Amino acid sequence: MSVKTKRIIYNIVLTVSVIFVLIWCIFPFYWAIISSLKPNKELFDPHPTLWPKSPTFSNYVKVFQERPFHVNIWNSIVVSGITTLVTLIFGSFAGYAIARLHMKGKSFVMILILAVSMFPQISILGSLFVILRKMKLINTYLGLILPYVAITLPLTTWILQNFFRDLPKEIEEAAAIDGCSRTRTLFQIVFPMSAPGLVATGLLTFISAWNEFLFAFTFMQKPDYYTVPVAIALFAGRTQYEQPWGQLMAAAVIVTVPLVVLVLIFQNRIIAGLSTGGVKG
Amino acid sequence: MKAKTRETLIAWGMVLPALLVISIIAFLPLFQTFYNSFFDASLRPDIEKRFVGFKNYADLFQDPRFLDALKNTIFFTIISVLFETILGLLIAVLVNQPFKLRGAVRAAMLIPWAIPTAISSQMWKWMFEPSTGIITKLLEALHMIKPGVPILGSPQTAMWAIIAVDVWKTTPFMALLILAGLQLIPEELYEAARIDGANVWQRFSKITIPLIQSTIGVALIFRTLDALRVFDVVFIMTRGSVNTETLAVYNRVLLMDRAFTGAWFGYGSALSVIIFALISVFAVIYIRSLKIKLE
Repeated sequence: MSVKTKRIIYNIVLTVSVIFVLIWCIFPFYWAIISSLKPNKELFDPHPTLWPKSPTFSNYVKVFQERPFHVNIWNSIVVSGITTLVTLIFGSFAGYAIARLHMKGKSFVMILILAVSMFPQISILGSLFVILRKMKLINTYLGLILPYVAITLPLTTWILQNFFRDLPKEIEEAAAIDGCSRTRTLFQIVFPMSAPGLVATGLLTFISAWNEFLFAFTFMQKPDYYTVPVAIALFAGRTQYEQPWGQLMAAAVIVTVPLVVLVLIFQNRIIAGLSTGGVKG
Repeated sequence: MKAKTRETLIAWGMVLPALLVISIIAFLPLFQTFYNSFFDASLRPDIEKRFVGFKNYADLFQDPRFLDALKNTIFFTIISVLFETILGLLIAVLVNQPFKLRGAVRAAMLIPWAIPTAISSQMWKWMFEPSTGIITKLLEALHMIKPGVPILGSPQTAMWAIIAVDVWKTTPFMALLILAGLQLIPEELYEAARIDGANVWQRFSKITIPLIQSTIGVALIFRTLDALRVFDVVFIMTRGSVNTETLAVYNRVLLMDRAFTGAWFGYGSALSVIIFALISVFAVIYIRSLKIKLE
């Protein structure tokens, strides 16, 4: 085989494989968007088309009219938002102490925190339910935020710890010589310098809180408190046999598009953060 | 007070909030789960708690539903992790080649990972829908399934459909992790091998594979750990019917459905302990691989 034929074969294989990977990654998302724009008649046509013949936004209207989907979105924003804030504060304190301060047994502390990320959620589900019930926290935002802080802290602390470790130590030392207290150094120098790391880590925390299903499904038992994943998982029509797929796909698209946009904007930082930690989906 | 002692105190003060939260929310319930697994207990207030020793554990291994769930979980884990690793490696090598729009392809690979599992499960469920689902139609046209047999309703296909969703969601992510390892291999190694006359396969098997072995190993252990506790995708796609129930799905039935009607809470806790023990094996290997030495 000549070098030229080899080159051509390589290019064909490469192009075909890339197109295949692209379709594979994007198609389910594409299909959800297309389906959400189809009127019911087209949706249940036994010969589905790759493009809506008469696109309509009626599914997007109905998802807010026929069910409290805006309430679910609000619940998710509140729970994930507060979780992210608290996790970032606790995580950056712990991460800084482990990265920089004199402390015996810090490896042990880090391992203890990291071990929690390996806990199967199901193994603490029953007992945690009993604890939260005793504290009267079932069907409250706090009852979901506390568990979320606990399950997102390990990765946050680990990533931030690595991040602080890589900051040049000289700046903090110079500040100390100039008589700047530890606390002031932390708030006025270290944290502002870490802003990019904090944003990326915060985004990862937000995504994992936003996506969580098992705890939300168990600790929020009234529809008014459902978060988005629970509302979508338990999406039901008026009767048992009628699943409103068009509305369901509209709801899926509404909450996924902002997430996908965020991920695409921060893709480099996310990949860097994930590679240092490994993360569960 | 000496400066060092003061610093140590500040340090402990700074890790305290984190330690407090994980103690109350993770370690305390874990301890209680262990404790409860030795009792006959219920979430109904009128049923009294009774110590039964290891009876719950002994009963579990006589419980056909538990044994099926164990079998399904192991099957799901082995098949999905195997596919994710092989496909992940292939895709990583692919997107490591120089071509136009490479950045766009890498970005698109994050999409399956970013979509919440609960939502992507529903998206796939729609594609598997028995009468109009696009995958159902496609497989029927290819004569791979008989018309009228629902994919998610028959034991021969349901588990494979669930595995397909997990592979779709996780493979691109696995590929990106492996890609990070690939990019650390110096180009000179390949140049030298090329000059020495090594062909594509030799370069791949003698340079690439040995140098990314540890990256793949870590990713593999992490995925195994995750697959063993799978819940969302199974629960949403089939509710554990048609022989797809995994350990976590059965465990939730015991803890949250049956425990309110009878003395099932202790039994469920015993299952929780078994899942914990199973995963601990892989967790210990994983944490060791991170080589944490911070002092």
